[in-house]
Amino acid sequence: MPGALRALVAEDQILLRVGLTRILEASGIVVVAAVADAESLAAALTRDDLDVAIVDVRLPPTLTTEGLEAIIRARSSRPDLPVLVLSQFVEPLYARELLAAGTGSVGYLLKDRVIDVDGFVAAVRQVAAGGTVLDPEVVAGLLCARPLDRLTGREREVLSLVAQGRSNAAIAARLHVTEKAVDKHINNILTKLDLPPTLDDNRRVLAVLAWLDATAGGERGPAR
Amino acid sequence: MGTSQGWPAPLSAVPAGAVDRAGVLERLRLTALSTGHAVAGIPAVVLALLMTGAFPALLSLTGFLMLWLLVPLAARLAQAHRAVAARVLGEPVTAGYADTTGSNPGTAMMIWVRDPARWRDFAFCWFSGTGGLLMSLLPVLLLAGPPVHIVIGAAQGSLLWSAAAWLLLGPSLLAWWFVTAPMVRARLRADQGILGHSGSEQLRRRVDQVVESRTATVDHNAAELRRIERDLHDGAQARIAAAGMNVGLAEKLVYTDPASAVELLREARQTTVSALEDLRTLVRGIHPPVLADRGLVWGVEALAIPIPIPVTVALRLPRLAPPVESALYFAVSECLANVAKHARASRAWVVGEHGGETLRLTVGDDGCGGADPRGSGLAGVARRLAAFDGTLTVMSPAGGGTEVRMEVRCQAR
Repeated sequence: MPGALRALVAEDQILLRVGLTRILEASGIVVVAAVADAESLAAALTRDDLDVAIVDVRLPPTLTTEGLEAIIRARSSRPDLPVLVLSQFVEPLYARELLAAGTGSVGYLLKDRVIDVDGFVAAVRQVAAGGTVLDPEVVAGLLCARPLDRLTGREREVLSLVAQGRSNAAIAARLHVTEKAVDKHINNILTKLDLPPTLDDNRRVLAVLAWLDATAGGERGPAR
Repeated sequence: MGTSQGWPAPLSAVPAGAVDRAGVLERLRLTALSTGHAVAGIPAVVLALLMTGAFPALLSLTGFLMLWLLVPLAARLAQAHRAVAARVLGEPVTAGYADTTGSNPGTAMMIWVRDPARWRDFAFCWFSGTGGLLMSLLPVLLLAGPPVHIVIGAAQGSLLWSAAAWLLLGPSLLAWWFVTAPMVRARLRADQGILGHSGSEQLRRRVDQVVESRTATVDHNAAELRRIERDLHDGAQARIAAAGMNVGLAEKLVYTDPASAVELLREARQTTVSALEDLRTLVRGIHPPVLADRGLVWGVEALAIPIPIPVTVALRLPRLAPPVESALYFAVSECLANVAKHARASRAWVVGEHGGETLRLTVGDDGCGGADPRGSGLAGVARRLAAFDGTLTVMSPAGGGTEVRMEVRCQAR
């Protein structure tokens, strides 16, 4: 299939690995490698024909955060390598590390989201195209405690969708309003958060996430 | 010297070598302490004799009244010696008297008779008035003996007496220089040995504590298992069953009523997502993923992120045994949740380090204070820490912020 996206799948549970491969192939994405542990993942990430890597956080041998660490290492040499990280749990802490490594082209989703096949494939394509996709649960974790009193209820809703990486059109469809209304909300939000108003979608989501992270409760890096 | 620490200051290392001001002053101080010990020996021996005499007559009114008076006096004397020994040795010397509050005199007397701590007081009175007295007199005599005799000799005009005293002055002072510190230390150790808790009694207390914390742990675990069982039953299990039913129904309808079948399948998918959410919440409550992946330091980092005020995390910890990490994680989680909910603070901090075999961890904030350590959350945390010999102290004056200090004995992994 010329022109089709070429993906790497790293997942240790065979049922999920096969399932993911099947879903991707059924949607016209070529799975060039499907690996089951950290070592083969590290090797596969050095291929230069990859358009996107779909990686489970938890991989053998230790089943902790090998997948995440392999990606962060790979992105230190290739910062624009598109990766979509899947996990049984989403942790704002890991999202922070992931976003700090490399520039955009990154996604972090719960494995559950694969159940919504169309949404999942759209997220894969968005990440491959340089976009940022964050799970609503991570965004909720980041938003829940921020000083957002200045925003109206609707603006908070829009901010949450922006942080998840949705485009203006997607936000408009989701909230049943016009794109123009969404534009207005977003401009208001960016002004209230002291962010520059003229960002494209990709840089906008990163700016919003950086703002959320900067106002987070924990300070960066534990003393060791 | 010693003034800043109060008197009696702890026994400092006394160098035997150079004769300097500090060495002389320290020895003079210890000699004064010995004088006190020796003087206290006199009432002690009187008390010892009176108690020895009164005890056989316990059943007579006189005997009873005498003991009623003497036992608390002996306790006073013993307590003073405990305080001095604890202070100078720098180690606590606890009495551990049996509790007699609210007892009538007869019962109290029976408790005293059976109380090992009271018998230790009695033994101490004898020691203090005999062997202890001699031990404590020695430094005093070595220092003061020859000068006194020189004065007496001079006063009586006895040249021989004075000459002998002058001759003895050198060796006597030399002996004083070397003997004082070991003798004072030996005396204090003896006091500590007689007056302190006996080993078996400490063990008995320890066993009581362990039994108590074990019971609490077992209860807690049983309650946790019941909760998990209930959550699984009401949550994931029910949802998966519902999803299965939907799929089964869809299978029946797929040819006759495809539209309804699709609707049922969509519902089944949604139910599966909810079941996964339930399971995730449950697992987070049992063993949080960050803690499992990276340990306590990062676990606390992750806990700080959703707190709406700045939280400084400064932890210098090695990896610890998983149960300890888990207990401390949930302890910090509870404390930070309290900060967010009740403290009205502008900042909070989690500070801790592991030294020797003890981990000390403090969660503090600059909020309104007034936290109740007996509140169910903190009391639960304290119970959970008790299983690891841990303690929890809450300092929360109204208006003065809150600090929860935790201490757990544990080894680095």
